[in-house]
Amino acid sequence: MNDIVLQTQNLNKFFHEPVEFHVLKDINVSVHKGEFVSMIGKSGSGKSTLLYCLSTMDNDYSGEVHILNENVTGRKDKAMAAIRNKNIGFVFQFHYLLPEFTCLKNVMLPALKLGKHTYEEIEDRAYKKLEILGLKDQALKQSIKLSGGQQQRVSIARALINEPEIILCDEPTGNLDTKNTDMVFDVFRQLVDETNKTILVVTHDTDFAAASDRTIEMADGRIVSGNSGLYMEARA
Amino acid sequence: MRLPVNLDIALTHIVTRKKQTLVTALGITIGVSIYLFMNSLSSGFSDFSRDNIFQNNAHIEIYKEDEMSQPLFDSGSGVVLISNPQITTSSKKLSNPEKLLHDIKAEPYITNAISLVEFSAVYRRGDTQIQGRGIGVDMLDYADMFQTDELMVAGSIQDLRDNLNGIIIGSGIAEKLSLTVGQNITVSSTEGIYKVLRIVGIFSTGSTQMDETRSYVNTTTAQQYLKEGPSYVTTIYANTVDPDNSLQYIEELAGIIPYAVEDWTVINKDIITQDETRQLMMTAISLAILIMAGFGIYNILSTTISQKIDDIAILKATGFNGRDVINIFLSEALFFGLIGTALGILVGICLIGIMKSIYIGQPVGNFPISVEADLVLLSTLLGLVLTLCAGYFPARRAADVDPVEIFRR
Ligand SMILES: Nc1ncnc2c1ncn2[C@@H]1O[C@H](COP(=O)(O)OP(=O)(O)OP(=O)(O)O)[C@@H](O)[C@H]1O
Ligand SMILES: [Mg+2]
Repeated sequence: MNDIVLQTQNLNKFFHEPVEFHVLKDINVSVHKGEFVSMIGKSGSGKSTLLYCLSTMDNDYSGEVHILNENVTGRKDKAMAAIRNKNIGFVFQFHYLLPEFTCLKNVMLPALKLGKHTYEEIEDRAYKKLEILGLKDQALKQSIKLSGGQQQRVSIARALINEPEIILCDEPTGNLDTKNTDMVFDVFRQLVDETNKTILVVTHDTDFAAASDRTIEMADGRIVSGNSGLYMEARA
Repeated sequence: MRLPVNLDIALTHIVTRKKQTLVTALGITIGVSIYLFMNSLSSGFSDFSRDNIFQNNAHIEIYKEDEMSQPLFDSGSGVVLISNPQITTSSKKLSNPEKLLHDIKAEPYITNAISLVEFSAVYRRGDTQIQGRGIGVDMLDYADMFQTDELMVAGSIQDLRDNLNGIIIGSGIAEKLSLTVGQNITVSSTEGIYKVLRIVGIFSTGSTQMDETRSYVNTTTAQQYLKEGPSYVTTIYANTVDPDNSLQYIEELAGIIPYAVEDWTVINKDIITQDETRQLMMTAISLAILIMAGFGIYNILSTTISQKIDDIAILKATGFNGRDVINIFLSEALFFGLIGTALGILVGICLIGIMKSIYIGQPVGNFPISVEADLVLLSTLLGLVLTLCAGYFPARRAADVDPVEIFRR
């Protein structure tokens, strides 16, 4: 399976404030279906910025971003939101759950927005996702009453609810202990191996990166190693 | 049936912030109730003063205007005569009153018309005398137009019928001359006619000016006071289908009638101007209060949205678009608007009820205020529109939140 699901072409991005700053320089990256890719690099090298561009949340760049073989660059807000809703699961470093809702409802919301299944079906699926992440017994608790690690796992369950092809994570294990980190890693591994999903994880955890299929390294806004070209060669 | 997800989110926000919901709704309640109350008050006053006007004034009056002599008179032979201008009308008579009345009644917008004979009267008893105005009229027709029978405090208008020696006087005259029904009164005219008439009725309009000057006699009696014959008429009163349209009617009448045509707004200009000023002020003040309430809501909703900016970023990151975000926050505003407005109408109606039960003395009676459907509707509409406007701008800002900016913090 070598279909490319995530790709950039000559991606360049500048920040204009406070000073002109070339944050992403000629990024040409490809991620294949069923790959578990990690991205490492020094703080400030542009990892998060690249991830936001790939997630369609940031449109202020030049070049192209292709998701599932479609050029999404320059699409309307509504179309981008629909792509994110259906095809991309995003996990942030700082959990980010809606505090008024239960864990279960937090997980359900993207699916309710998608509207592909009935409420009961969605509820059922959400329970299953929480179960995978070892949180079934916490489902009906208010989300702010959970520990940080638990909240992070709930947000992973939320990223998975619509069965997106691509899961993007920005330091998902940054605040987790080893036990929780291992658990998240296992869940990702399983997703890739069993359901052929594609995962791109930004991490500072070298062990985590080493256990992934491929590691992309960024420095100063460029990809310095692990580029897909090399990967293709390695596979050939 | 499950709620749509946006509404579901909005409702969760509302129930998890009950106190804030209450405060927001209360702001609207205050604005709407005051708006409804003040405008009902103003409208009640207007109706009252209008009723008062129509108690004594027909929609349209037709009379013969005073003619002035020309100050310059060119005889044609080069000699110009100069004289002081003066009233030259020898008689206030409307000629051929039957035909005139008939023509007026034939107009489609005229509902009712009567002819009157007016004369200046002096009422006396012993040494006391009062200047006033007598009106000769078919009292039954007159009562039909002005509901005079409802104003009678003694005697009845029926007794004036065919009674050439009968008179109905205002309560002010009766009081000043210490007279009651059944007693005689001496009434004279400027034309020098003296008659002793029997009081058959006393009316009270509430207007001192009216009650101390006005009296009614039969048409023939009035004609005798003026030393005129049976076809003499000074004034015609006409009512129309819509008094607010009277200006248009007098224009039409002026085209077919050679006399002065005046409507009630001219005769009651002072009252109407006062009325309009008051109404304008009330509307302005109540609207200002309502708009202040609107700013309050705007403020609260803006704060809510600032506090929820992280949530908005997550919603957008997980696939909710700008319109969804607007939907969510507008639904919340609409909910506040519905609750607040409903309460506001309720409170407003209670205030009106309390005001209505207050007695302020004759001739007004209880406070002239009532619940008017169109004002309730207007207040409801304004309350809802206001909340939606106050909610729209913060919601717009929420929709424009850039999630990346939030996640970077
Ligand atoms: N909104 C912004 N305006 C200006 N410069 C920014 C902005 N956001 C990020 N930067 C800069 O862009 C560079 C890349 O930031 P980015 O967050 O992508 O780094 P990162 O690789 O994710 O670092 P970390 O590992 O610490 O998360 C940094 O030098 C940062 O200071
Ligand atoms: Mg980062």
